[in-house]
Amino acid sequence: MMRVVVVGAALVVMMLGWGVGAAWASDGEIAVGSKKFTESVILGEIATQLLKDAGIPTEHRRELGGTRILWSALLGGDIQVYPEYTGTLEQEILAEENVRGEDALRAVLRARGIGMSRPLGFNNTYAIGMRKDRAQSLGVRTISDLVTHPELKFGFGNEFLDRGDGWPALARTYGLPQRDVRGLDHDLAYRGLESGAIDVIDLYSTDAEIRHYDLAVLVDDKQHFPRYDAVWLYRLDAPAGVAEALAAVEGAIDEETMVALNGRVKLDRVAESRVAADFLADLEGMVTSDRLVDAPDGWSRLASRTWEHLGLVLVSLLAAIVVAIPLGVVSAVKPRFGQLVLGVVGVLQTIPSLALLVFMIPWLGIGAKPAIAALFLYSLLPIVRNTYSGLHDIPTPIRESAEALGLPSRVRLFKVELPMASRSILSGIKTSAVINIGTATLGALIGAGGYGQPILTGIRLDDMALILEGAVPAALLALLAQGAFEWLDRLVVPRGLRIRPEN
Amino acid sequence: MLELSGVSKAFGRLVAIRPLDLLIPPEQTTVLIGPSGSGKSTLLRLMIGLATPDTGTVSIGGTRVTRETVRELRRKLGYVIQEGGLFPHLTARANVTLLARTLGRDPGWMGERLSELCRLTHFPEDAMHRFPLELSGGQRQRVSLMRALMLDPDVLLLDEPLGALDPMIRAELQSELREIFRSLKKTVVLVTHDMGEAALLGDDIVLLRDGAIVQRGRIEDLLGRPADPFVTAFIGAQRSPLDDLARRNEP
Ligand SMILES: Nc1ncnc2c1ncn2[C@@H]1O[C@H](COP(=O)(O)OP(=O)(O)OP(=O)(O)O)[C@@H](O)[C@H]1O
Ligand SMILES: [Mg+2]
Repeated sequence: MMRVVVVGAALVVMMLGWGVGAAWASDGEIAVGSKKFTESVILGEIATQLLKDAGIPTEHRRELGGTRILWSALLGGDIQVYPEYTGTLEQEILAEENVRGEDALRAVLRARGIGMSRPLGFNNTYAIGMRKDRAQSLGVRTISDLVTHPELKFGFGNEFLDRGDGWPALARTYGLPQRDVRGLDHDLAYRGLESGAIDVIDLYSTDAEIRHYDLAVLVDDKQHFPRYDAVWLYRLDAPAGVAEALAAVEGAIDEETMVALNGRVKLDRVAESRVAADFLADLEGMVTSDRLVDAPDGWSRLASRTWEHLGLVLVSLLAAIVVAIPLGVVSAVKPRFGQLVLGVVGVLQTIPSLALLVFMIPWLGIGAKPAIAALFLYSLLPIVRNTYSGLHDIPTPIRESAEALGLPSRVRLFKVELPMASRSILSGIKTSAVINIGTATLGALIGAGGYGQPILTGIRLDDMALILEGAVPAALLALLAQGAFEWLDRLVVPRGLRIRPEN
Repeated sequence: MLELSGVSKAFGRLVAIRPLDLLIPPEQTTVLIGPSGSGKSTLLRLMIGLATPDTGTVSIGGTRVTRETVRELRRKLGYVIQEGGLFPHLTARANVTLLARTLGRDPGWMGERLSELCRLTHFPEDAMHRFPLELSGGQRQRVSLMRALMLDPDVLLLDEPLGALDPMIRAELQSELREIFRSLKKTVVLVTHDMGEAALLGDDIVLLRDGAIVQRGRIEDLLGRPADPFVTAFIGAQRSPLDDLARRNEP
């Protein structure tokens, strides 16, 4: 049995290798990362085009979740460049070191092998905003004015809720009494504000929506928020010329420009690559033809996402099957070991999926590999448990008949016990498959692509059609999987077990 | 043929078999009888190694039953239990031939053997492709018996093989079993509750109570020279054992 487990583990490693090698091969020498909000994606696109112009093959790994994912990926060498903000570096990434000021930051980063450019020119700090009409009627102009309105409902981005300079610190600085504080996606917060479901949200001061929704930005009268100057972070071991190429936009993007760029993407629905190309054309007074990659048409886009999504689900599921069935078999034979195994895979299941994805990055980097590993771990429990219970529930007379017949244990397992447990095992695999198809959409947060990508972009751009472009195929795939397993049931479960005795 | 010496077995604090010696002679039918819980099944399970004795030894044809020898020994034993214990996912044929196929027996030989067994057990050969759930209770027991007989074992261990059948089929199978045992000259150990069945099939009857042997002998001995008032009480408690016996013992 041990041998089966070892062979299984080897197969898993091979499949992981295949998955990463085949479907997600990267073509650039340099990878630029960006976070999952529009400004970061535009800046990532600008960096990518600058580097390409400098003759450095570059790919843009866009919309990779949040700060922690990008920072880990930069340290791990999965990406070489990404846009960051000094405030985030001070308050969050290097919060323990208590560094203040550009030069100090640069020195601390250098010690970790990371370079930091000069500021790009705009300060995208956090700000607190309300609808202008509501602010005027309540007479709220500064953050301090909020103290006298404890009934106001606050809705903050999840990142703002738990960062060093976020809500808890803000409440302390100003002595804010509000208790109705909800965490929600930054892009959804604007909708809540518009509908009146919430009164106060956090903003980025370069958000295009400020003008669009006619919002009042409350004055930070106690200067709570630090500066969030945009800078490039890059690995010092990146190829020569990278830092020089990126330096072309130092001090070149002021706040007004950034708001306009954001507005073109979010409000006018222009592609980030186009917006970035136009900006660089204005800046340098020239247009390079190879800057713009034509967006693939709908069908081929759908096909490649389906391919990515299926890759994530199938590779992780196959690996889980190969590992979980032997684990379930051993668990059924050795009860002590079984308790241990069921306990461990049970605990794995309780780790929130996003957290599990982030845990994987230091080992496996970003992209498909960590996503497959996380999905693999999630798939284990249903299969192990159903294999175990399927074997455990075989009636004693039948188990003993096989033994009394003098069948070798291997024959008993493969000819009697596993076939009898097949229905239970198959339904465990089905559970895993369906869960996997849903959970794999989160893979987009760490650059694994799949149906999660349009969902992610759709949420960011507040584009329902784009969200559906991911959500509908994912739901269809889940349904398809259900159907496929019904058919497999007929194929795999022996006919004798499917007969219903007529009484 | 089969020898238990000093064998005892307890489940936790419950003593199922008190230390006992039992010799099963070859080529005849020994019946284990006794009230429910008296340890009949446990004794049979000790013989085939599904239970291991706390004390004493079990040996079959001179070989002691141990972890190492048990699998080989089992192939010389046929075991049939009340509900047949047939594998529900295999057809009747696959149930009967599973061990033979595992051992790589010749398919031609297997086919002949199947026909022979179908004739012997009065099982319609064209029903061999059916699954256990598609067979009647009596047919299932016939298939179970065929499975036990497939490799022509020396010993048959039958634990209430007819216990779940209705009286008509039961009577029919009882006489068929008698014919089979006679013609094959097997060493048979049969467990039953039913004194009539014991009298009909047994050359030798072992009466058990609370894990101990109360009396052993032919039916005449148990009737005529009871070793203990319990023997008479047990026989008396059967519905109409004497009429039954009188009828069946007439040639
Ligand atoms: N695996 C087991 N675990 C615990 N107790 C058991 C086990 N097997 C048998 N026993 C107990 O041992 C005693 C003898 O059981 P056994 O099955 O041998 O009786 P039996 O004579 O075959 O009864 P019946 O006529 O009801 O089949 C019973 O009290 C039973 O409860
Ligand atoms: Mg019994």
